[in-house]
Amino acid sequence: MIIEKDLEKRILVLDGAMGTMIQNHNLEEADFRGERFLDHPAILKGNNDLLSITQPEIIKGIHRDYFDAGADIVETNTFSSTSVGMADYEMEPLAYELNYESAKIAKEVSQEYLEKTPDQARYVAGSIGPTNKTASMSPDVNDPGYRAITFDALVTSYREQINGLVDGGADLLLVETIFDTLNAKAALYAINEIKEERQIDIPVMVSGTITDASGRTLSGQTVEAFRISMSHIPILSIGFNCALGADQLLPYVKRLANQSDLFVSAHPNAGLPNAFGAYDQSPEEMQTLIEDYLKQNAVNIIGGCCGTTPDHIRLIAEVAKKYTPRNPKQLSNV
Amino acid sequence: MSKQERKPLLLSGLEPLVISETTNFVNIGERTNVTGSRKFLRLIENKKYNEAIEVAREQVLGGAQIIDVNMDEGMIDGVEAMTTFLNLMAAEPDIARIPVMIDSSKWEIIEAGLKVAQGKSVVNSISLKEGEANFVAQAKTIKKYGAAVIVMAFDEDGQADSLERRIEICERSYDVLVEKVNFAPEDIIFDPNIFPVATGMEEHRENALDFFNATKWIRENLPHASVSGGVSNVSFSFRGNNTVREAMHASFLYHAIQHGMNMGIVNPSMLEVYDEVPKELMEHVEDVLLDRREDATERLLEYAENVVSVKKEGKKEDDAWREEDLKSRITHALIKGIDAFIEEDTEEARKEANRPIEVIEGPLMDGMNVVGDLFGAGKMFLPQVVKSARVMKKAVAYLQPFIEAEKNEGAQFAGKVLMATVKGDVHDIGKNIVSVVLACNNYEIIDLGVMVPPEVIIQRAVEEQVDIIGLSGLITPSLDEMVYLAKELDRQNIKIPVLIGGATTSKAHTAVKIAPVSQGPVIHVNDASRAVAVVSNLLQKDKKEPYILKIREEYEVFKEKFLERTSSKTYLTYELAQQNALSLDWNQFTPTKPKVQGGITLNNFPLEELVPFIDWSPFFRSWDLHGKYPDILTDNVVGEQAQSLFADAKNMLSQLVEEKWLTAKARFGIFPANSHGDDVEVYANEDRESVQATWLTLRQQLKKTKDQPNIALSDFIAPKTTGVADYIGAFCVCTGFGTAERAKAFEEENDDYNSIMIKALADRLAEAFAEYLHLKVRKEYWGYASDEKLINEELIKESYKGIRPAPGYPACPDHLEKKTLWELLKVEEEIGVQLTESLAMWPAAAVSGYYFAHPDARYFGLGKIKEDQLLSYSKRRKISLDEARKWLNPNLIED
Repeated sequence: MIIEKDLEKRILVLDGAMGTMIQNHNLEEADFRGERFLDHPAILKGNNDLLSITQPEIIKGIHRDYFDAGADIVETNTFSSTSVGMADYEMEPLAYELNYESAKIAKEVSQEYLEKTPDQARYVAGSIGPTNKTASMSPDVNDPGYRAITFDALVTSYREQINGLVDGGADLLLVETIFDTLNAKAALYAINEIKEERQIDIPVMVSGTITDASGRTLSGQTVEAFRISMSHIPILSIGFNCALGADQLLPYVKRLANQSDLFVSAHPNAGLPNAFGAYDQSPEEMQTLIEDYLKQNAVNIIGGCCGTTPDHIRLIAEVAKKYTPRNPKQLSNV
Repeated sequence: MSKQERKPLLLSGLEPLVISETTNFVNIGERTNVTGSRKFLRLIENKKYNEAIEVAREQVLGGAQIIDVNMDEGMIDGVEAMTTFLNLMAAEPDIARIPVMIDSSKWEIIEAGLKVAQGKSVVNSISLKEGEANFVAQAKTIKKYGAAVIVMAFDEDGQADSLERRIEICERSYDVLVEKVNFAPEDIIFDPNIFPVATGMEEHRENALDFFNATKWIRENLPHASVSGGVSNVSFSFRGNNTVREAMHASFLYHAIQHGMNMGIVNPSMLEVYDEVPKELMEHVEDVLLDRREDATERLLEYAENVVSVKKEGKKEDDAWREEDLKSRITHALIKGIDAFIEEDTEEARKEANRPIEVIEGPLMDGMNVVGDLFGAGKMFLPQVVKSARVMKKAVAYLQPFIEAEKNEGAQFAGKVLMATVKGDVHDIGKNIVSVVLACNNYEIIDLGVMVPPEVIIQRAVEEQVDIIGLSGLITPSLDEMVYLAKELDRQNIKIPVLIGGATTSKAHTAVKIAPVSQGPVIHVNDASRAVAVVSNLLQKDKKEPYILKIREEYEVFKEKFLERTSSKTYLTYELAQQNALSLDWNQFTPTKPKVQGGITLNNFPLEELVPFIDWSPFFRSWDLHGKYPDILTDNVVGEQAQSLFADAKNMLSQLVEEKWLTAKARFGIFPANSHGDDVEVYANEDRESVQATWLTLRQQLKKTKDQPNIALSDFIAPKTTGVADYIGAFCVCTGFGTAERAKAFEEENDDYNSIMIKALADRLAEAFAEYLHLKVRKEYWGYASDEKLINEELIKESYKGIRPAPGYPACPDHLEKKTLWELLKVEEEIGVQLTESLAMWPAAAVSGYYFAHPDARYFGLGKIKEDQLLSYSKRRKISLDEARKWLNPNLIED
């Protein structure tokens, strides 16, 4: 795999937030609808993933901004593009198309940059979000045995997404923001099935979310339990993203880095949200915090999640250049 | 193979389980198995899952590191039972902590289990019994789900019953798994069949030995693989004789572990400590296990007959919490989410309490608050809190009939709460938890779901006449939705309290952005266990107003603090503030010498004298009727209610005066005094030399506009240096003696109305007494205003000369002054009013304060003070800076 060669040589930089960038465009309902969905029954404002179809130039522009900033990997605009996630917008049938189009436009942009700067690798990672339902927790405390979604339903939904991403040209798959490990296991199950059926190999990145100071995922797993639960199929990297700022996330990333013989990734938020829900950590502040990751040799792939912008990624990419990547092979066992 | 090379077997529940060369034997809990436990089978058959879960919990408390679950019984739907039970276990964090062993001989049950396990489990088991193709397919599927696997020594020809067959089958299985399936070798666990010994049959003599040797061979020849087994099988022939069985298990385990068995299914209550087995018994047992004598079996059987089977004491250390006091038990049950005893504990609490609702408000809510604190501190996590909520619900359900029976009218709910996730947001886990927790506290919940537009929220709130609106949101734009909704409520003049919750919400945002745009109360509540306390405060008539006021004040302070950081609100140094003190012209003013000095006690003061001094407006406020007395009696909206309430109040008032339900007492005194810096020295006599007490006053430090002084109460007293003979008074009045008893008597008759009424009236009488006494002091005891003639309204407007500020209120927020007051006046000795440790007065219907006589003396708010004044204060008070900070915290600026 080419990416593994790259990862041995240097620290790769993942892009930053998509939602934050879209927000800056101040789009209205009509922009989300475009012409095609003028008569769609549900409200579409907020369906960011749909913009890959209705406003592809905006999304391409965001990808370009991140490549310009020095990202090696951009994520497709597909965080919620599953039939499960699209149910809120009554757009379940669109799941495959959303993934296909999102991957396609990201790939087009990455090709542009491969031609422009042939000496830098440019990867497209198909973003696979957690969906808005939890397979191992009940939303109804009166009925703790109840599940709003089953493993099988998740597998079906993820299969659509993965097929779309692969057909659209994604170079990698990134199962991210994992708050319930069982959801992620369903995604890995689907990936495994598709790899077998289509006789393809595509590197898979896995990234969990530690929700708070308890140091656990929302579904209650510790860092170690999460890592072990994700160890059954070959994956390229394991890491954490979202929920916390770089400084709060670092101890958990280090725990992974100390245990895993996989590449380790991290894409933290730009700090914790302030009282108004906005992220106000400056690119410079975040750069300083990220440099701690690099000094401590904790990562192979570094990027940003909520609140990060091309300016953040630019500074992260600058500082990442100065350090050598973590060598996972140095770890024998736990 | 060398130890360094062996890869560990990694499993996980919510926490990891690493089984490596250095790990001790791993114990698999086996009671949650319908084929092995009749009790468990009965529970599952009858769908008594709650009790079945307790069986699992006992296993974990008993030290199980993996929990085996088996639902293979013809009479039950195994797929459904496995799914349901594992889902329920997942909701028990103390059980879900450890990995699950999904145990079934039916593939569909195994797969059902794999579909609900977030951790890395163990499948128990697969084998070559149905042929290699089937074995390969199953192993591949298990790999996709992510689990380790137990492989039985079983093939197409049957179960391995000799050492050779065990080796043959295990080796073949291993090769297929590692080479054809690419199964991780460390994820393979062999079960080389533990068969009974001492059966009397010749071919069973070597069953244990064969197992030991097969184990050794596997561990030496099949790299990274583990060995497990069900230990109790070995002693099958000694059923009914637990002493022998336990000894046999101990010995078997000891030898098996020596040979490399690293995990196994053992019932810990059926296991003796190896070293504690009597020597003779152990010798007989080991003769059998290790096949050391021809007559080993007969000898053991003979010996066993003489061994009295002693029933083992259950290993119950973890039930120690049951020995604690009731309150601790309830808290423990809530924190641990154990509902097994909650009904009996609730019943006990109910018997102790005056009213069943007090069990909820007292021990149960106290426990939930601990849960909330632990959750907030990251020491508990969501599933545990959800579990706690369920125990709470069970307790409340138990109390429900008692609460119902107590109610005068058949009102069903304590209040109605509308819950909604705001427009544009689809996250509802937190909202649902809050809903359930509230519902289990007897609130009716109208849940509008997610993405609810503001107009729908408002419309439904009005239609349903809800008491509270709960808004939730997780994403950033939801914050603006909440502000918008608050504005809309305000615009439409709807004052229903709004609760704000959800991950992006914060107290700061609520205080700065939401609360100010609305007249109604807006309160930030970020977790479910806190929500109940907030809602309860908002819905209890006698608590609501003070609570809302408290929150408003708190938010004001919070907002101020927040804005201070950005705005340029400036504070003077303490020194500069002192320089800008209010300076009264003491040359032009001669304080009146009091007619009476020293302490005076009024016992059994006639209540009827106080009645004309009652200020009725706060009385109506305490009943949630807003308006000024007497206008409120003719108010369009509340007039009728106010009149009826007023009539009841007047009735009770005349009755309580006539029958002397309450006793009114006062202690007060006027003393020579002068200010000294910001202190006021109280002298023993007119020599003004011996200081009897020192009042510490606090000075405003906020930078004022030009010519505005930074006031402290000491400014109203002539400084010692002026040589002017000044005075200060102090007082405590109380009309609360008898209130608690009377209120209790009402409550015993289920008469809440009158219970609240008596408390409200006692409070009013105390205020009236303070007003009355102040008048008497002004006109007679001190006599500085002997010509004063004021009617009650003017008294209420405080249009008289001099003030009577009370410690704990804005001009003097320092409650510690009450201690000085109590000492100076010997309040407790004289009239029996006590101070609690937080310096509240008891009985509650009491007022205490100082008297300042200067005509320019006025009420003011201290506002914020800086660290430099705190330091000076702590030195003057002779307490540590930390203690000073604790008492004055609300008035400190955060630097």
